[in-house]
Amino acid sequence: MREFLAQVFSAEVWGYVLPATWQTIYMTAISTAITIFFGLLFGILLYITDKDGLHPLPIFNKIFGAIINSVLSLPSMIVILLFLPLSKMIVGVSYGPKAFIVSLSIVCIPIFSRMVENSVLEVAKGKVEAAKAMGASNLDIIFKVMLPESLPTLIRNFVVLTITLISITAIAGSFGAGGLGELAVRFGYHRYRSDILAAVIIVLLVVVECLQLFGASISKKILKKRHLV
Amino acid sequence: MVALFIEIKNVSKKFKNHDQEFDVLKDINLEIQKGDIFGIIGFSGAGKSTLIRCINRLETVSSGTIHIGNHEIDKLSKKGMNLYRQKIGMIFQHFNLFDSRTVYGNVAFPLEVAGKSKQEIKRRVTEILELVNISDKKDFYPGQLSGGQKQRVGIARALANNPDILLSDEATSALDPVTSLSVLDLLKDINKKLGITIILITHSLDVIKYTCNNMAVLEDGLIAENGSVRKIFAKPSSETAKVFIKNNADLAKFDYLGGGDGI
Ligand SMILES: Nc1ncnc2c1ncn2[C@@H]1O[C@H](COP(=O)(O)OP(=O)(O)O)[C@@H](O)[C@H]1O
Ligand SMILES: [Mg+2]
Repeated sequence: MREFLAQVFSAEVWGYVLPATWQTIYMTAISTAITIFFGLLFGILLYITDKDGLHPLPIFNKIFGAIINSVLSLPSMIVILLFLPLSKMIVGVSYGPKAFIVSLSIVCIPIFSRMVENSVLEVAKGKVEAAKAMGASNLDIIFKVMLPESLPTLIRNFVVLTITLISITAIAGSFGAGGLGELAVRFGYHRYRSDILAAVIIVLLVVVECLQLFGASISKKILKKRHLV
Repeated sequence: MVALFIEIKNVSKKFKNHDQEFDVLKDINLEIQKGDIFGIIGFSGAGKSTLIRCINRLETVSSGTIHIGNHEIDKLSKKGMNLYRQKIGMIFQHFNLFDSRTVYGNVAFPLEVAGKSKQEIKRRVTEILELVNISDKKDFYPGQLSGGQKQRVGIARALANNPDILLSDEATSALDPVTSLSVLDLLKDINKKLGITIILITHSLDVIKYTCNNMAVLEDGLIAENGSVRKIFAKPSSETAKVFIKNNADLAKFDYLGGGDGI
């Protein structure tokens, strides 16, 4: 056991694990940024075009919602493979972390869009009414009411999104995306290097736990500041 | 002083739910004078909220017209409507303050929306917080305030853009009797000081008696009667008004025995 632990923390193992960690962080960070941008946009679009929304467009809303749902209902692995050619068109390569950013974002944008939609739906209807009664435009209502009011919920959803993304990068890893997922498959699975697998697990646990704590504490801090807890 | 200000003519409102239609307002006619405090009373579901929401166009009428001053409000464009709404304040039973903003930020909101400058906002917010007597809570969040304080902030926010009309939808229904009184006093005070026309919805006769000059009784989407508060109290003609006045008298007896809440 001692020997195994020493091996897990050896320079050789971390020589593999550290670069892979950076690849995973790189993929996750950029995909997260893209996902947040489009997820906020699409989530708000879903919210305002609903038949009870600020600017009802029922037909658009139905079609758009159906597209989001169909991507949501496919297994992430399939979506990744499906959009690899598109990735190649946009970033020029079809392997390595960079190539998978587009696919990963496409997997996650529908998830985050629905999260955003649900977060803003939680904002009490009366607040929107009040803003309307004061002559606020739809943009005012979105940026001055919906988003600030739902910020604590959005942050918690953001953390769940990031964690989901990390686990999806692992799936992408088995198709040549690099990162911790690929390392786990290549060494842990094909070469029975349980020391490397153990190190990968340790890194993932630590990263996910840190994200979780970080998100929860910021969200809580905002709620405390607003005296809502 | 006495000038026709709000004129509601043959207003009807239907709601469609699935294939069913509900006539929520049926041929409403009302005239409200400038500077009046006008009460609308009725049982729950009578259509009171729907009626005042038609005045600031949170609802659109199905037929009929509403004139305010020289404007026919159902003819306004979307932009025109937002400008018009800035001149009508509204307060709510559950206050509807923004939890993400301090008292200052809540009152600043309508001014930001109206495109006022930072200095202008600061000047106005300070002034209006003083008027409603809550300056000391300027940096508090709504989560730190009592119900009465929240409604004062709600009133300050509604008054920020110097509206001509204040709509009050059961603004004291969630408050205890003593706090209700102080909020009603504040409404009377701003009506006197600023000359704002107030339309006040309530299901409490005491609120009407204490605050309003004129009133209308709404019964299942119809105006059962309207006129001066004194006249209706002396000689109610509608079933609803009679029931309200009788219950009120019973409650007063109950009050005398040490229970019940007056307002
Ligand atoms: N958006 C809506 N859709 C369908 N029915 C509604 C809607 N808003 C109000 N109603 C109905 O209109 C009636 C009057 O409601 P409301 O004006 O809120 O009454 P009040 O304020 O007097 O209690 C109620 O029967 C209510 O169910
Ligand atoms: Mg109501």
